[in-house]
Amino acid sequence: MNILEVRNLTKKFGKFTALDGVNFEVGSGEVFGFIGPNGAGKSTTIRVLLGILKASEGEVKIFGKDAWKEAVEIHKRLAYVPGDVNLWPNLTGGEVIDLFVKLQEGNNQSRREELIKKFDLDPTKKCRTYSKGNRQKVALIAAFSSDADLYILDEPTSGLDPLMEQVFQECVMEVKNKGKSVLLSSHILSEVEKLCDRVGIIRQGQIIETGSLDELRHLTRTHILVETKQPVSSLNKIQGIHEIEETARGLTFQVDTEELEHVIRHISQFGIIKLESAPPTLEDLFMRHYESKDKVEGKVSGGVH
Amino acid sequence: MDLNIFANTGKLFRFILHLDRIRIPLWIIGLALFTLIVPPTFENLYETQQDRDAIIETMANPAMTAMLGTGDLENYTTGAMTAHNMLLITAVIVGLMAILLVTRHTRAEEEEGRIEMIRSLPSGRLSYLNATLLVTSGTYIVLALFISLGLYALGIESIDLEGSLLYGAILGGTGLVFAGVTAVFAQLTENSRGTIGWSVTILIFFYLLRAITDISNEALSWLSPLGWVSKAGVYSSNNWGPIFLMLAVSLVLFILANYLNSIRDLEQGFIASKPGRKYATRFLQSPIGLAFRLQRTGFIAWAIGMYILGASYGSIFGDLESFFEGNEIYQQMLQQAEGASIAEQFIPTLMIVISLLATVPPVMAMNKLRGEEKNGRLEHLLARAVSRTRLITSYLILAIVNGFVMISLSALGLWSAANSVMEEGLEFRMIFSAALAFFPAMLVMIGIAAFLNGFLPRLTHLVWMYFLYSFFVLYLGNLMQFPNWVGQLSPFGHVPEIPIEDATFMPFFLLSIIAVGLMLISFVGFRNRDI
Ligand SMILES: Nc1ncnc2c1ncn2[C@@H]1O[C@H](COP(=O)(O)OP(=O)(O)OP(=O)(O)O)[C@@H](O)[C@H]1O
Ligand SMILES: [Mg+2]
Repeated sequence: MNILEVRNLTKKFGKFTALDGVNFEVGSGEVFGFIGPNGAGKSTTIRVLLGILKASEGEVKIFGKDAWKEAVEIHKRLAYVPGDVNLWPNLTGGEVIDLFVKLQEGNNQSRREELIKKFDLDPTKKCRTYSKGNRQKVALIAAFSSDADLYILDEPTSGLDPLMEQVFQECVMEVKNKGKSVLLSSHILSEVEKLCDRVGIIRQGQIIETGSLDELRHLTRTHILVETKQPVSSLNKIQGIHEIEETARGLTFQVDTEELEHVIRHISQFGIIKLESAPPTLEDLFMRHYESKDKVEGKVSGGVH
Repeated sequence: MDLNIFANTGKLFRFILHLDRIRIPLWIIGLALFTLIVPPTFENLYETQQDRDAIIETMANPAMTAMLGTGDLENYTTGAMTAHNMLLITAVIVGLMAILLVTRHTRAEEEEGRIEMIRSLPSGRLSYLNATLLVTSGTYIVLALFISLGLYALGIESIDLEGSLLYGAILGGTGLVFAGVTAVFAQLTENSRGTIGWSVTILIFFYLLRAITDISNEALSWLSPLGWVSKAGVYSSNNWGPIFLMLAVSLVLFILANYLNSIRDLEQGFIASKPGRKYATRFLQSPIGLAFRLQRTGFIAWAIGMYILGASYGSIFGDLESFFEGNEIYQQMLQQAEGASIAEQFIPTLMIVISLLATVPPVMAMNKLRGEEKNGRLEHLLARAVSRTRLITSYLILAIVNGFVMISLSALGLWSAANSVMEEGLEFRMIFSAALAFFPAMLVMIGIAAFLNGFLPRLTHLVWMYFLYSFFVLYLGNLMQFPNWVGQLSPFGHVPEIPIEDATFMPFFLLSIIAVGLMLISFVGFRNRDI
């Protein structure tokens, strides 16, 4: 069952089209990664999901309800953490957490204490004096101590240290194991790779790719390092091979994943001594999408359509 | 209507009360004290009919009406005197309070991204706005009751229960009207500075509209909500009509704000910001250029405002002239000072109000330094090749120039308007020196702001306390007959009253020395403290 469904979502700010026919869905118990370059429209999408911005066109359903009209009902079962957490300077972290939890009508005192300890936050300090990471912790603690069914996280870890990043990942795994859904927008691709079942890539207000990581990997290149008895000839004539380089350790190149079989057959003729292959990282995937499209279209990301 | 858009308003109401648990009581207590100390003093000072007649003489002229509004001079009891002298100015302060209070919880919260957090929780689209309006309304109900009962409890004969209730209700009603004005501008503008700027402009506009119509055509004062303050005839005719008008207007404004809020996107306004230049101009590329650029809009708005203020006061000189022409008693009474015409005798009184207001923008310009520091934006400059001395000097120069421009423009406004309505115009040199006589006092205020910025950055708003003190003693000084030293505690108390008095060198010199001293010391403080 889909917890979240976005159909043909378009959002215009005056003449500027920030989102242009966005489609995706998040299933129950799924962690969905939402990635894309700066200004691509991630935060805008999320704000439409939250019923904070009104869609210009299209349909957004969460728990089967309309995100704009039934925002209050939806938010009872939803938790949100923004990337830039701004809090009331005169309140303590503890007070803010309580406010958020109270508005959500939850009352999970033990969970709150546990998370405060885990995230190592001093809840008695005034928000004015918190560092960026600490403000983010306040929002994270408030979010994870609620019993939400959907967690929407917009670059939630941009200020966290590696240790806290670890704690955050544990929290996400925990809610995932409970069968809750998560929408995670992030620039930290290793985090997305580790946590997400499926990924959507957005660019200039359009989703250009969605799928599980495995599916997406098929769309990209595998790194290969080979050492052969005889020098490999006419490699550059084969389809789907890129960035060939002679190094001290051998020959390195990248192969379009769908051409892999073909290429290996070719080089095996030259007597393989050593063969190392690395699966494409999400970073490769990401880079390739932006680079190639930029070259083709000659556009700067985030530009006006 | 879908009630969900108001979900959780109650919880947010309590939350906002909690946020303002100190601020609101302080405002209420301050306003109540300001109001309650006056009637007993009046009661003592103006005991006999003779005393009262003397004060009525000084009140019955267009210059006073322009400043204080109309009053019941026929029956100038302690109550009527209090209402005439205090109610309008208190209403203006209450309006300002409403503007600050409402902006703080509407556009300012939104701009900081906190409304986004609230909206992501199960609270309705309009809940925070309405929680704010509820808190504000509650505040004004309490304020009205507090002041009404306080006044009545003074036990002064002419201060009866009905009048006291009306007095409080007028203040509360004015607060509601400006809460409504601000709530609407919070929807229209994109940032909190715009909200405050526009709302204060409306407040001042209504004040001036009332001033001009009160002396030209009293019926037209009904167009200004601040005109309603005098129309209520507190402690004389006790007319409750204005209260109903105020309630109706604020209700309409509240509904309008709700409507505008419901049709716009979060963090957007209707007065959109336009894209700017691609490259910084040469001018912008220096600390002083940047500092000016950040204040430019405010500076221009204030400059226009000061000119209009001067011109509004200038425009009453025609009425003043004709008023005195047919009034022999006055001519005898006031013709003490040599060289100055009767109309000119009112220049110092008007100049006090003008110069105090003209002090606001330069002090704000100086305190902007602290504002930038608090937002962590000074770091960007100090991390580059900009010394701290250069930075504070930039702000100081801007503040001084700002003050000079403001006071000069208001003098120009007063002179040009007065000239166009009088048979025999005023001399520009005289007006200009009457205005500039206040400049050293203004420099002292800037110096204090600089000093606080240098040494006590957390207490920069103390300069406003001192400002309020100055305002209070100068505004009420004559009427309440304070001892001399009370006025002299303020730099404005040392300014010679040109053209009634001669310009003397000593106060000018001493005030300047103090100002320069404060500024120099502030450099030391700013160089040696944590940012
Ligand atoms: N209120 C607005 N008015 C006009 N344009 C806007 C507004 N909000 C966002 N935009 C534009 O919409 C586009 C998408 O912005 P958005 O904040 O969604 O990007 P993002 O993907 O979250 O980027 P980042 O990774 O930097 O957070 C940007 O080009 C931005 O300039
Ligand atoms: Mg974003």
